[in-house]
Amino acid sequence: MAADVDRIGIAQTAEGTLVLRLAGPWVLGETIPAPETVERALAERPQAQRLAFDTKALGEWDTTVITFLKRVSKVAESKGLQQDRTGLPHGIQKLLGLAEAVPVKEDARRGGVEGGFLHRVGLATVEASTGIGETLAFIGESTVTLGRAFTGKMAYRRTDLALLLQQSGVDALPIVTLVNFLLGLILAFVGAVQLQQFGAEIYVANLVGIAMVRDMSALMTGIIMAGRSGAAFAAEIGSMNSNQELDALQTTGISPMEFLVLPRVWALVVMMPLLVLYANLVGILGGLVVGLGMLDLSWTAYWQQTTDAVSMTHLVSGLVKGLVYGLLVAVAGCMRGMQAGRSALAVGAAATSAVVTGIVWIIVACGVFQFMSFVLGI
Amino acid sequence: MAFGSFVVMRNLDFSIRKGEVFVIMGGSGCGKSTLLKHLIGLIEPAQGEIFYGERNFTQAQADVRAEILRGVGVLYQTGALWSSMTLEENVALALEQYTDLAATEIREIAALKLSLVGLGGFEDYYPSEISGGMQKRAGLARAMALDPSILCIDEPSAGLDPISSKRLDDLILELCDSLGTTFVVVTHELQSIFDIASDSVFLDAVSRTMIARGNPKELRDHSDDPRVRQFLNRQPDMGGRAAS
Repeated sequence: MAADVDRIGIAQTAEGTLVLRLAGPWVLGETIPAPETVERALAERPQAQRLAFDTKALGEWDTTVITFLKRVSKVAESKGLQQDRTGLPHGIQKLLGLAEAVPVKEDARRGGVEGGFLHRVGLATVEASTGIGETLAFIGESTVTLGRAFTGKMAYRRTDLALLLQQSGVDALPIVTLVNFLLGLILAFVGAVQLQQFGAEIYVANLVGIAMVRDMSALMTGIIMAGRSGAAFAAEIGSMNSNQELDALQTTGISPMEFLVLPRVWALVVMMPLLVLYANLVGILGGLVVGLGMLDLSWTAYWQQTTDAVSMTHLVSGLVKGLVYGLLVAVAGCMRGMQAGRSALAVGAAATSAVVTGIVWIIVACGVFQFMSFVLGI
Repeated sequence: MAFGSFVVMRNLDFSIRKGEVFVIMGGSGCGKSTLLKHLIGLIEPAQGEIFYGERNFTQAQADVRAEILRGVGVLYQTGALWSSMTLEENVALALEQYTDLAATEIREIAALKLSLVGLGGFEDYYPSEISGGMQKRAGLARAMALDPSILCIDEPSAGLDPISSKRLDDLILELCDSLGTTFVVVTHELQSIFDIASDSVFLDAVSRTMIARGNPKELRDHSDDPRVRQFLNRQPDMGGRAAS
């Protein structure tokens, strides 16, 4: 790396012209000299009125020299010095001209975030209230669209709905099986350790049966669907938004709510109760494995105990919860997708937000259901 | 050039002189962009070799390829800016990776590159916040980040209004003249071709090979091949007959 002193030098002519001499290589990777050298020279020679350039000894150069000359130019302008660029190579003159051809849009520049803690709290509050407003608007619009679905012809294609039913239902079976089987197994293990102390091992069947059918299957399947279908809906609709596909739908006279949101909501609302029903059986099977393998229960005794403990109210309650969770996951996924910005980053953020929103809504809804069950004595 | 058993182009043999604007032209879908992708190593040739100077790019090891590509800037058709980064960060990334320059110097160089393409003041903007034409210019600034000796540009005029397109063409000529950069431009915009190209190759989708080579203006007026004259004189196919 050449030293600054070898690369720049300053001399003054008798006519009050300051001559900046550039020497050696000026290519990317070399440190760009600070303009202080020029500033110091100007301070020592206040009578200087012009700045000229001598580049006879200039070696290989690229835009590094332009960056330096722009720095110098700024200093010269601030001191009111006239610049004579005729001593610069033709290419450098052209590039400097190009860089200065379009004036820098100072009004386009952005400052940092102004204000302190209160300012940030204010911004966050405004953002949160806007978000709540947008959420309510989306829920309102989707409710109206859902209402219209029962009365008139909808714009969505049946093949899309069939594909969504498959993706949200059949394709989710492996993960739903795995998670709910293990959940039944875990519940049975935890219960068995406690109930064995009282010789009440058979009540493991009650614990697993009621827990899975009434709450856990719906809750776990809902969370699985939030991570799976909710994120997929958000990413898909978000990508469509960034490609202006939603604009294209709208200008074609097709409501994105009808064409994209409604079939996704339908798909999850239809498939979630079915998945919950399946998850109930798989969860009970998980408990049965522990009952047979660890507690030496017969499968007929376990099954009998389960059917005695689980009532139709438990089953219906679980299926209704599944339906509601499905609705919430679909709405959260579609909403975040529709609200996504027009960049890859925004699509990723929309998918993340869809999962978080879906899970939060499911947990809140679960709390509401528990309170209602308590009040109604179910 | 082939995708599996489907041959896109065959018997391509040409060289590009240093410091010239070389245009790859031809009708839509003939394989111009595919050829460019071969030149920058995004697609491997089914047969044959690509040389950068004396260095065999096709046979080179990954580290040698990376070194060669450091001297090649690419402007993609849609700009292909990284959406999670500001324009300044887009330009600065290569400088951060491949130079030891201080952060302030990198910022200054990035600002200079953006001002060269008329985007001074937009350093803090994200790609999604600027227009398509501005994205394209920012893409050019990014491609110029390391002062490459070769700049490859895919469809510079696509999506630009005539004035922005003309400005971009002028910028290409200015950079070629002042920095001695070699430009490889893929386009089918005739005005742009005649304005900037000193040499060119013409690809034909039907015969799946290059059917002409030379200065586009000379090809327009004196090419032996009627298909080339038809294209460069903007004459539609009359009843299936090529203009002669």
